[in-house]
Amino acid sequence: MKKQKSVEGSSSLVHLTEEILFAILDYLHGNPLDKKSFSLTCKSFKAVESRHRKTLKPLRSELLTTILNRYPYVTHIDLSLCPCITDNSLTVISIVCKSTLRSIDLSRSRFFSHVGLSNLVMNCSSLVEVDLSNGTELTDSAAAAIAEAKNLERLWLARCKLISDIGIGCIAVGCRKLRLVSLKWCLGVSDLGVGLLAVKCKEIRSLDLSYLPITKRCLPSILQLQNLEDLVLVGCLGIDDDGLATLKQGCKSLETLDMSSCPNVGRVGLSSLINGAQCLRQLILAYGSPVTLALADSLQKLPKLQSIKLDGCLVTCCGLKAIGNWCVSLKELSLSKCLGVTDEGLSSLVTNHKDLRKIDITCCRKITHVSVVNFTNSCTSLSSLRMESCSLVPKEAFILIGQHCHFLEELDLTDNEIDNEGLKSISRCSKLSSLKLGICLNITDEGLIHVGMCCPKLIELDLYRSVGITDSGIAAIACGCHGLEMINIAYCEKITDSSLRSLSKCSKLNTLESRGCPRISSVGLVAIAVGCKQLSKLDIKKCYNINDAGMLPLAHFSQNLRQINLSYCSITDVGLLALASISCLQSMTILHSRDLTPNGLAAAFLVCGGLTKVKLHASFKTLLPQPFLEHIESRGCVFQWRDKEFQVEVDPKGWKLQLQDTSEF
Amino acid sequence: MEPALPREGLEDRLRVDKCIKPAAPRGNEDSVLVIIAEARLSKVLSFPQPIRGADLEKPLSRKQPEGSRLPIPPPKRSMIEILTKSSLLNASSKKFTPDYQSLDNFASQRHHQKWDDPSSRDHDIGIEPPSPNVVDLPSEPSSSIPCNPNDQIKITDQLGGQMKEVFVEATRLHDWEPRAMLTNLSFLEQKIHQLQDLVHLIVGRESRVLGQPDKLMAQQQQQLVTADLTSIIVQLISTAGSLLPSVKHNISAANPFASQSGQLGSTSGVISLERSNGESKVSDHSDQIELMGNCVLEQNYADQPNQCASTIKENDSKDDEDGGERENLPPGSYEVLQLEKEEILAPHTHFCEICGKGFKRDANLRMHMRGHGDKYKTPAALAKPTKESGLESMLIKRYSCPYAGCKRNKDHKKFHPLKTILCVKNHYKRTHCDKSYICSRCNTKKFSVIADLKTHEKHCGRDKWLCSCGTTFSRKDKLFGHVTLFQGHSPVLPLHETKGLSGPSDHGVGSTGFNFSSVTFSESGLQNDVDIKDNADDPTGCFSPLNFEACNFGGFNEFPRPPFEVPESSFSFLSPGSRNYNQKTGEATSSDDF
Repeated sequence: MKKQKSVEGSSSLVHLTEEILFAILDYLHGNPLDKKSFSLTCKSFKAVESRHRKTLKPLRSELLTTILNRYPYVTHIDLSLCPCITDNSLTVISIVCKSTLRSIDLSRSRFFSHVGLSNLVMNCSSLVEVDLSNGTELTDSAAAAIAEAKNLERLWLARCKLISDIGIGCIAVGCRKLRLVSLKWCLGVSDLGVGLLAVKCKEIRSLDLSYLPITKRCLPSILQLQNLEDLVLVGCLGIDDDGLATLKQGCKSLETLDMSSCPNVGRVGLSSLINGAQCLRQLILAYGSPVTLALADSLQKLPKLQSIKLDGCLVTCCGLKAIGNWCVSLKELSLSKCLGVTDEGLSSLVTNHKDLRKIDITCCRKITHVSVVNFTNSCTSLSSLRMESCSLVPKEAFILIGQHCHFLEELDLTDNEIDNEGLKSISRCSKLSSLKLGICLNITDEGLIHVGMCCPKLIELDLYRSVGITDSGIAAIACGCHGLEMINIAYCEKITDSSLRSLSKCSKLNTLESRGCPRISSVGLVAIAVGCKQLSKLDIKKCYNINDAGMLPLAHFSQNLRQINLSYCSITDVGLLALASISCLQSMTILHSRDLTPNGLAAAFLVCGGLTKVKLHASFKTLLPQPFLEHIESRGCVFQWRDKEFQVEVDPKGWKLQLQDTSEF
Repeated sequence: MEPALPREGLEDRLRVDKCIKPAAPRGNEDSVLVIIAEARLSKVLSFPQPIRGADLEKPLSRKQPEGSRLPIPPPKRSMIEILTKSSLLNASSKKFTPDYQSLDNFASQRHHQKWDDPSSRDHDIGIEPPSPNVVDLPSEPSSSIPCNPNDQIKITDQLGGQMKEVFVEATRLHDWEPRAMLTNLSFLEQKIHQLQDLVHLIVGRESRVLGQPDKLMAQQQQQLVTADLTSIIVQLISTAGSLLPSVKHNISAANPFASQSGQLGSTSGVISLERSNGESKVSDHSDQIELMGNCVLEQNYADQPNQCASTIKENDSKDDEDGGERENLPPGSYEVLQLEKEEILAPHTHFCEICGKGFKRDANLRMHMRGHGDKYKTPAALAKPTKESGLESMLIKRYSCPYAGCKRNKDHKKFHPLKTILCVKNHYKRTHCDKSYICSRCNTKKFSVIADLKTHEKHCGRDKWLCSCGTTFSRKDKLFGHVTLFQGHSPVLPLHETKGLSGPSDHGVGSTGFNFSSVTFSESGLQNDVDIKDNADDPTGCFSPLNFEACNFGGFNEFPRPPFEVPESSFSFLSPGSRNYNQKTGEATSSDDF
C-alpha cells in the first residue's frame, strides 16, 4: 500500500487536503514503520506527518532537540525508552514544546532532578499528565517543582521513596485539579500528606495509596472526596478494623476498591468502609482476611457489585455459598490460590451467578469434575477461564468446557490433565485469543492442529514444557492463526527449525520464547528474523545450536528487538557486536556464552547505546574495567550480576516429578 | 488610689537614698545599711537580663542567702508585738546573720516594690541570689559565718569612713547590750515622731489640694515615709534580736505551728502598719480575725511546699497546670488556698534556723541540720515529720492564683482551681512572670519555668516545619493542620543550610523589641502600668507559653501584675517569713480599698 502511493506519484497526492492526510495517518498506527514510510514519500507528506504526530516515544535522548523540532505539535512525550534524561534534556523539551506539551512520561528515566522538572513545569503550563514513577532519587524539591503545574490532572509518583509529606503537601496545595494520583510505595508519605491531598484536591477520581504507612486518620478526608471512583489501599498495614470501625460514612462515588494485602482489615472494617458505597463495582480483597460467612454477608448490600477478587484468601465453604446467595449477579470472580475452595462451595456460587464472564480458579487444587460440570452448565457466557494447576480435574472435564463455553477468549489450562480430546473440544471456542497449555503433558500435535484450524483469532499461545508438541502442531498454528503475537515453545524439545520457519509467516509475532529447544539452529532464527519484523522479545536461552550465523541476520532484520536472552548460545563477539547495532535493544541476558570475551562485551555495550539492563555472569565483573562499567551505567544501564552454575537440562518428566516432590514438602 | 511610686530611673532612686542618709542619726546603722544595700541591689538588678542563663541557675540557688523565708521564732514575734503594739514583723534573730539576710531580703523587696513591682518581671531575680557577677554585693553573707567581715569591708569602702563605725556597732549588735538597746529605742522613738510629723504634713497638704497636684512630690514623700518606716522596723528587729540570745531557735524548731501563727500575726502587722502609714488604707479587722482563725488550716499545708519542691524534680516534664485533665469539682466542695506571690516564687521553702541556708526539700534540711550539733542527729530529729492530723486529709485542697483577674484566681467568674502547689508555681511563673530563661540555642524562645526551657532545648533546632506564610511549627502535624485550614498556604521545604541562620534572625527583631520595651518600662515606671491594667486582666493563662513566640505577647509579660497589688506587697517585706500564707480574703478586701 505504501509502495502504491509512491508509485502513483506525489503529483496527485498534493491535492489531498491536510484533513484527509491526517485521517489517513490516523489509521497508520499498527506498525511504527508505516508512518516512517509515509513521511519518506515526499516533503509535503513529511511536513504533514510532522504536524500530525501527537505522541513521541524517542529511543535516544541525544536526539531530542532534533525530533522535537521536527514534530512541533507533540502533546505527549513518552521517555520510557530513554533511561538517561538529564535536567538539560528536560529544559530542552520544555523550551521546544512550551505549552503544547500536555503529558510526559518519565517513569523509566533517571538522572534528572527538581531543576529540570521546575523548568519543565514553568515552560509547559498546560501539562496535564506527569509520570514520575520510579524516581527513587527525587526529593521533596522535585515535588515542590511539580506543585507549580497548576493544571496537572494525573500524577504518578510510584516508588518515589524520598518524597515526604512536605512534598505531597506542596503538590496538594499547588495542583488543585488533580484527578489521578498514584503514591504507591512512596514510603515517606504518611497520613498528613495524604490527608492534605484529599482535603485540597477535591477533583480526585483515582487514588493509589498502596504500601503507604497510612492509618485511619487520613481516611475520613479521603472518603469525603465527592468524585473518588478508584481507591487502592494495597498493603496498607496501618489500616485495621478498629480504625475503620470509627468511620461514619463510606465514599458514595466509589466504584473500585482494592484492599489487597490488608490482613488487619476484616468484616467490621470493610463493612464500615463500603457503607454507603452504592456505586461499588469492583472489590479486590486479595491476600486479606478469611472469607467467611460473616464477611460475605457484610458485602451483600452492594447493589452494583460486578467483580470480586479474593485471590490468596482463606475461603470457607459457607463464605462461598453466601456469595452465591447474593442478589447481585457477579460478572467476575477470582479465587486464584485460595485455600479452601471446594466443589460444594464453588458449585453453589457458580450456579447462582449465571452471568459470570470471568472465573479465575488458579491453583484451587481441591476442585474436581463436579465444579467444572457446574460452571460449564450455568456460566455459558464465560469469556475468561483460568484454571492453572487444578490437578484433580480429570481430562474428561475439559471436553465440557469446549462444549458449553463457546465465548471463551482467554483460557489458561497450564499444568492440567487435558488431552487431545479436550483440546479438540476447546477448539470450538472460535473467539479464543489466548490459550495457555503449559506443562500439559498429555497433549500432542493432534489436539493442537484442531486449535490451529479452528481458532483463527489466537494471539497468544503458551506451550511451555508441553513436550508432546512437534513441528506439525506448530505448523498448524502458524498456518491457522495469522494474528499470533506471542508464542512460547520453551523446552518443547522436539521442535526444530521447521517450526520457526512456519512461525515466520506470523508477521505480527513479537514475542518468541524458544528456550531450551536444542534442535533449533541459526537457520530457523534467520527465518524468524526475516519474517517477523515486529519481534521485540526473543528468548533463545539454551538453544545451543544458535551461533553468529543467526545473529547477523537478526541484527539486520529485527530492528524492533528490545529484549534478548542469549544464555548458553554459541555466539561469539562478532555476533554480539552485530546484535548491538539494533538501536532499540534495551535488555540483554548473556550467561554462560563461553565464546564471549570481555573485550567483545565491552565493545557491544559501547555500541548499544539504549541498553538499560544487562544480566551478566559475575565473573565478568572483575574482567571488565570498573571505569567502563561506570560509564555504561552513567548512560542508564543497570548491570545485574548472576553467579549461577552451568545447568544441564533435565528430562521433562523428571523435571515435573522433581517439581512435585519439592511442592509436597 | 494608685500609690504614687517613683517614675524616675536609677539615679533618682539613689538620690532618694542619699536624702535619707544624712538624716539618719548615729545608731541608725541598720537602716542606712539597708538603704545602701538596696541601692546596690537595685543597681545590680536593674540590668539582670543579659547575664541570666539557664546554666547559672544551679550555683545561684545553692548560694541563696534568703532570710525572707526563715521560719519566724514565735517568742520573738510576741516580743515584737509587745514592742510595736501591733504584731509587727517576725524576723528578729538571735544572730546577726538572719537579721542581715532579712535586710537583704528587705532590700530586694524594696527594689521589687520600686522598680519592678508592676511587672514582677525580675522578681525571681530580685529574690534569688544576685548572680555571681555581682561579687561585691553586701547582702551575701556566707551561710556559716554569721557576719562576713569581707563583705562589710567592701561595703564600708563604698560608704566612706563615717559608715565604718556604724558598721562596727552593727556587728556588735547581736551581743546583748542594754545600753545600745536603749540608744536604739530612743532613736526609734525619735524616728517615729519624725515620721508622724511628716505624715501629718502630707495629710495636710492632700486635704488642701484635691487631686494630686504634684505627683513627683508625693512620690518622694512617700518614699521618705517608706524609708523611715523601714529604718524603724529594721531597728526594731535588730533590737529585738539582741534581746533574745538563745531561747528562740529551740522553740521555733520544735514548733512549726508557732512559727506559722507568727507569720499570721505579722500579716496583721502589715495591715496595721499600712494604717500608720497614714495613707487611709482602712484594713478590715474582721479579715484579720478570719485570718487568725484560719491559721490552723494555714498551718496544715505548712509542709506542702516541701512536697511540691520534691515533686518538681520528679516531674521534670512541664506538667499541666491542671495537674492532668480538668476536674469537675463543684464549687464549695473543696477548700481554696492561695499562696502569695513571693511564696510561689521562692526557690527554697525550707530554711535552716541557724545559718539560714535554704533548701528545696525538708529532708535535705534535716540532713543539713546534722552539722549544727548532735541534737539534730537523733533519729527523731532526722525522721520525716508525720502528718499531723487526719483532718487535713479529709479536705480537698485546691489552689488559687494570687494574680487578680486570672482565671485561676478565686475571684474570677469562671474560676478553675489549681490542683497542687506545684501547679500554682508553674502556672504563676508561666503566666504572670517574666520569661527570663532564654534558649541559648535559638535565642528566641523564653521561658519562666526552667523545666520548660529544658524541654524546649531538647527539641530546639530540630526540624522546623515551615509554612509559606512564614509561620514555623515544631511539629509536622501542626503545620499540616495549619495548611489545611488556610487557603493558599503551602508547606515549605526545610532549608537545611539556611535553617540555622534564618530562624534566629527572623525572631531577632521580635526579641530585641521585647527587651527594649522592658527597658523602657523600667524607666517609665508605674504610670504606664496603670494604663496597661486592662490588658493585664486578660487571661494570659489561657495560652501555653510554649506554643507562642515569646515576643507575641511580650506586652503581657511586662505588665503581669495589676497595679493595685503594689502597695500591699510593698509592705510584705515587713514580714519576711509570713507573706506566704496570707489569706486571700484579707488581701482582696484590702486591695479593694485602694
